[in-house]
Amino acid sequence: MFNVKELKKSILVSLWFMFLTFPIMVIKVNTIYGKVEWRWYRMALVGVGSFFLSFVWRALLRRKEMGLKKAEEGQEVKVPLTRKLISDKRFNRPALVVVCLFALLFPLVFSLYQVNIMTTALIYVVVGLGLNIVVGLAGLLDLGYVAFYAVGAYSYALLNYHFGLGFWTVLPIGAGLAMLFGILLGFPVLRLRGDYLAIVTLGFGEIIRIILENWNEFSFGPSGIANIPRPGFFGIQMNLHQVHIYIYYLMIGMTVFTIFVVRRLQDSRIGRAWMALREDEVACQAMGIDKTKTKLSAFALGATWAGMGGVVFAAKTTFINPASFTIWESIIILCIVVLGGMGSIVGVICGALVLILLPEYLRAFSEYRMLMFGAALIIMMVFRPGGIISDVRKVYHFEGLKEESKDL
Amino acid sequence: MDFGYFFELFLGGLTRGSIYALLALGYTMVYGIIELINFAHGEIYMIGAFTALIVTGVLTLMGWNKIAILILASLAAVVYSSAYGYTAEKIAYKPLRNAPRLSALISAIGVSLFLQNYVLLAQTSDFLPFPNLIPEFEFLKPVEDIVRSSEIVIYATTAVVMVALTILIKFTRIGKAMRATAQDQKMARLVGVDVDRVISITFIIGSATAALGGVLIASHIGQINFYIGFIAGIKAFVAAVLGGIGSMPGAVLGSLVLGWTESFFTGYISSDYEDVFAFIFLVLILIFRPSGILGRKDTDKV
Repeated sequence: MFNVKELKKSILVSLWFMFLTFPIMVIKVNTIYGKVEWRWYRMALVGVGSFFLSFVWRALLRRKEMGLKKAEEGQEVKVPLTRKLISDKRFNRPALVVVCLFALLFPLVFSLYQVNIMTTALIYVVVGLGLNIVVGLAGLLDLGYVAFYAVGAYSYALLNYHFGLGFWTVLPIGAGLAMLFGILLGFPVLRLRGDYLAIVTLGFGEIIRIILENWNEFSFGPSGIANIPRPGFFGIQMNLHQVHIYIYYLMIGMTVFTIFVVRRLQDSRIGRAWMALREDEVACQAMGIDKTKTKLSAFALGATWAGMGGVVFAAKTTFINPASFTIWESIIILCIVVLGGMGSIVGVICGALVLILLPEYLRAFSEYRMLMFGAALIIMMVFRPGGIISDVRKVYHFEGLKEESKDL
Repeated sequence: MDFGYFFELFLGGLTRGSIYALLALGYTMVYGIIELINFAHGEIYMIGAFTALIVTGVLTLMGWNKIAILILASLAAVVYSSAYGYTAEKIAYKPLRNAPRLSALISAIGVSLFLQNYVLLAQTSDFLPFPNLIPEFEFLKPVEDIVRSSEIVIYATTAVVMVALTILIKFTRIGKAMRATAQDQKMARLVGVDVDRVISITFIIGSATAALGGVLIASHIGQINFYIGFIAGIKAFVAAVLGGIGSMPGAVLGSLVLGWTESFFTGYISSDYEDVFAFIFLVLILIFRPSGILGRKDTDKV
């Protein structure tokens, strides 16, 4: 592997990247004081880093090609360890019990700060599972998903402000409103092809954000809405600490509910229709599946979960403003789904926990968060399009066909 | 109706449109060939502007004269933007050539996110003042209030670039190879077109036009930051779709139409909802005329 040719290639790559990053990484001009900073050590870092990374990159590419070749020749493709563990009953039952116990005992063991972070992560799990219906199952790339999240959050904030409605009343209303928006958007745009759909949904997300920012009479503009009440529990008074723990359990309940619904949906008639649509639209229509209706249902259901997540988000933070609902929020949620594994429930949960918890605990690296997300999106798409824990695809084996061909 | 105001808005729209056009041309070329929405195109433009700013800063401190700085800064911007475009294609798009289109799109979003934060971390998140590189022309003195010399340069560059690209695609060997690749990659490969090379060249040309746009726009507007590429990229995409994606004259026409409508909309109705308007425009076009003004109809293949 470490022959001269490879070495030469890596040196070239390293030189190229040193050239490429030269102006932006090395030079910094301070126009006010008229000084130029030369940061040569960075160039050395880039050179050394890209030299080694290029080896890794090529090795990974080769491995991927080998895997593809094997699959083409019909050889048995090795089942990844993670999937083996998940589908193994001896492993997954105890693991499930451990996870449940951990989730239930979490607030008793850890501090309020940790509980709060976990609650945020759980909101992302729920929202991610919602987006998973749209992107993972139905294969519609939605870049404006955060708009539905905003609809949920704002419907709680505004309904509470104007009419004094409580959390539990608004939860279904917010979900319903988000669904309505999903349908409203879905009707015109679902006829579009995949990548156009992505751009239009992105546009829709931005439209909602800009309207929230500019329509002061309606949404109080960029200053947002403060003092949103936290959820109540049959009118019992709780102190701040108790409320946070209560919201945590609420989110646990909601997560379980979401997992249950998504699982049932996945194996239902409509879930299979979504997956069929993702694989091949034309064939799917030929089988008599109503394309528009199926897509619309995926869109509406995905939006519903975003709406619910939004209501909880507003109730948890007690303050919302349009800055929480930018396009990057959509992209983070998309990262969760893509990195975790499109279509796989366990994958999405892992994705959300990793992407939300890691930056919280690695505060030192928090400014590199979005940079890492970007790199991770590329690397995942190139090497592991299925995500960390990929969805198990349903495969049909033609048993009879093999025997027949033997006879011939 | 105040004709002076109308004319002002008209010129403003023309400038906007020409700026969008420089970006939209790159979008349209890439989309025409590999059917990928190159989400990172706006970022390439931003990198061009940043490179130009850095070069200008260094050379100004060294006391070079203005014309030399303008030429060197534009050259550096073009070279570096092309290099970034080329590298992004090699790393993030080439391995996905046979993958589903959504994978390539997600990868492109990754590139965009990465490049934005790369510039943010390596340089700064603040708005940086960008010096006006374009000299004031003597002959424009009488009409100074109406049209600035940077605007004239923008119109001229856009026109030249459009004509040059059209000639390149229609009459040169590589242009022929590009058209062949756009029609059918497999067939192009069979008749001896080096498809990988053609795609690389497309990215390089597209990035170079974006870089030119970056330098011109930055010195026209007077400030840049790491985020300028995103909205500009989206707008340019709207323009490209409006004109019919994959078509060169369409991209320019679409950009001008978008520029004018935006300019008149903000001038006569409201400036708060400028971006909303662009997006609504996009939605309406995609719904009622998905192939754009000059685009060809495209049917689903089984």
